[in-house]
Amino acid sequence: MRTPRKNISLAALCLVTVGLHLLTAATGTQYYLTQLTMAAYYGLVVIGLGVLMGYAGQISIGHAGFFAIGGYLAAALTTRNLEPFRDAPLVRGLDSLGLLAAGQDIYGAALLTVTPWAACLLAVSLAGLVALVIGVPVLKLRGHYLAMATLGFGTIVYRIFLASPYFGEADGIAEVPAFPLLPALGGFGPVVVSGGAEHRVLNFYVAWGVLILGMALLLNLIGSRVGRALRSLHSSEEAAEASGIATARCKLQVFVLSAVYAALAGVLLTHFNGGIGPSEASVMKSVRYVALVAVGGMTNLWGTLIMGVGLTFLSLRGVFGAHDDVVFGAILIAVMLFTPEGMLSLRLKEWARRLIPGARS
Amino acid sequence: MSGGNGQTMGGGQEPLLALHGVHKRFGGLHAVNDVSFSVAPGSIKAVIGPNGAGKTTLFNLIAGNLPVSAGTITFRGEEIQGKKTHAIARLGMARTFQNIKLFHGMTALECVMVGRHVRSRSGLFAGLFSLPSTWKEERAIRTRAMELLDFLQIADLAHVEATSLAFGQQRAVEMARALAAEPKLLLLDEPAAGLNIYETAEVARLITTVRDMGITVLLVEHDMSLVMDISDEILVLSFGAKLAEDTPANIQKNTEVINIYLGADDAA
Repeated sequence: MRTPRKNISLAALCLVTVGLHLLTAATGTQYYLTQLTMAAYYGLVVIGLGVLMGYAGQISIGHAGFFAIGGYLAAALTTRNLEPFRDAPLVRGLDSLGLLAAGQDIYGAALLTVTPWAACLLAVSLAGLVALVIGVPVLKLRGHYLAMATLGFGTIVYRIFLASPYFGEADGIAEVPAFPLLPALGGFGPVVVSGGAEHRVLNFYVAWGVLILGMALLLNLIGSRVGRALRSLHSSEEAAEASGIATARCKLQVFVLSAVYAALAGVLLTHFNGGIGPSEASVMKSVRYVALVAVGGMTNLWGTLIMGVGLTFLSLRGVFGAHDDVVFGAILIAVMLFTPEGMLSLRLKEWARRLIPGARS
Repeated sequence: MSGGNGQTMGGGQEPLLALHGVHKRFGGLHAVNDVSFSVAPGSIKAVIGPNGAGKTTLFNLIAGNLPVSAGTITFRGEEIQGKKTHAIARLGMARTFQNIKLFHGMTALECVMVGRHVRSRSGLFAGLFSLPSTWKEERAIRTRAMELLDFLQIADLAHVEATSLAFGQQRAVEMARALAAEPKLLLLDEPAAGLNIYETAEVARLITTVRDMGITVLLVEHDMSLVMDISDEILVLSFGAKLAEDTPANIQKNTEVINIYLGADDAA
């Protein structure tokens, strides 16, 4: 009885995606597609965090860190020249596995870099591994202590990227190449993650496709046995443990999963933007993700998706101007004060009460 | 004082649960002091004692919520002191809580489905990708959970949020959740607390039915008539130590128990 509703919602999201494209095409505002593409990738981070925070009840103010690990690693591996290290055993090993691509830089010098696919897998795996190593000790903490620890983690990641010459210090990494996801097949051209204007529509569909797929998987998860376990430990770890649920393991699994979501979004957005800078790793970004989950309604994955993509889109369009961070900070405070269950949940309940008298006592 | 052989009434049968010289200290407080006893399979055993006697602490030691300070706890032939709560649950122990612990934002049915956790296996990846292998399991979990709600006569409340139910109904959901694990041993922490006389009679019937289904029951309870009616054996705790362990009939005659626990005027 629940599955059809989930599928209908996902189908509606697909229609919205096509509708957005047609709307921009009809009104001659196709430049919106660029920000819609970026918003979809940020949306992926936010729904991943939504499962961790809303369903499992574990806060993380360090998810920009995982996003940045994904983005920076993909950027560095696909741009940093390995030619001088060609004879190093590690480089030779990577080469023999076919993970390296030779090319030329803008001055015509030989360039040897990791292929985008290999870089993507390495970056996402490393983010997952970091989440695993960090998660074991940190997830023993609860509430404010967990928030502080993840905040500390996020700060460390930010400082590392800001201080390393390898990661471009304050400049970040630019000229990240396009990411050919799929080669040309039959009558279709190749699927490439790239910010070029000629790839704009394609990239919009790639980003929203990834978001919809990511959403479908998370919706599956929260309706599953593990999803029930997560929701149960949210409200009573003692009772969850007594029901045979290995709560520590469960929390760790979803922490790693949400880190992988963030890192994947980081990789794809970095290829789309053609670069990444340290602001992506900043604590303010982490706070923003938390604010978006909160305003979306915590245990409301659809609300989280709508708010995550919608507000991020407005922010990217510059609607909030120079007060961007202020707006998201204010949103977080307002949500916590007035509607701890999120804006959408508030309205839905009110409507339900009006439409069906006595529906909620 | 009463260490050594805890197998007082086991009748030669291997006990399902056995405690040997169990101690629990919280700083200077000796909450459980050298307690030994065993629970025979298929029996109902009650733990009674005045407030602060260490009954709930004893439960928390058995269920693995607290580490023992000394002593051993054997469940189904395996030493379980030091094991994690979920590992002990997996061995076949389920429990209810004195202050009900149901899950917020979940329906009664979902709460009971959580209780099926140990009887199902699909993991994170199977859940994410909704693999066909999970469909059958999910249906089985749902069906069994519905049967249990039906058994506890609250099937009509299956889709109501569990924490919004009436008190007695919440107790029933907790019981269904515990039974969903198909445990060998069921720990009930004050199953009749807050219930009226009719509901208590219902609980008594339920506990004996559960016992007849082959589930051994260990309960902490304040309601003396309930304890005397249904228990095969009673363990009396006082200030963390074992005061007596006997049949209900003998406990009622035990002057020490009457004086210390029931009070001289309250002899049944």
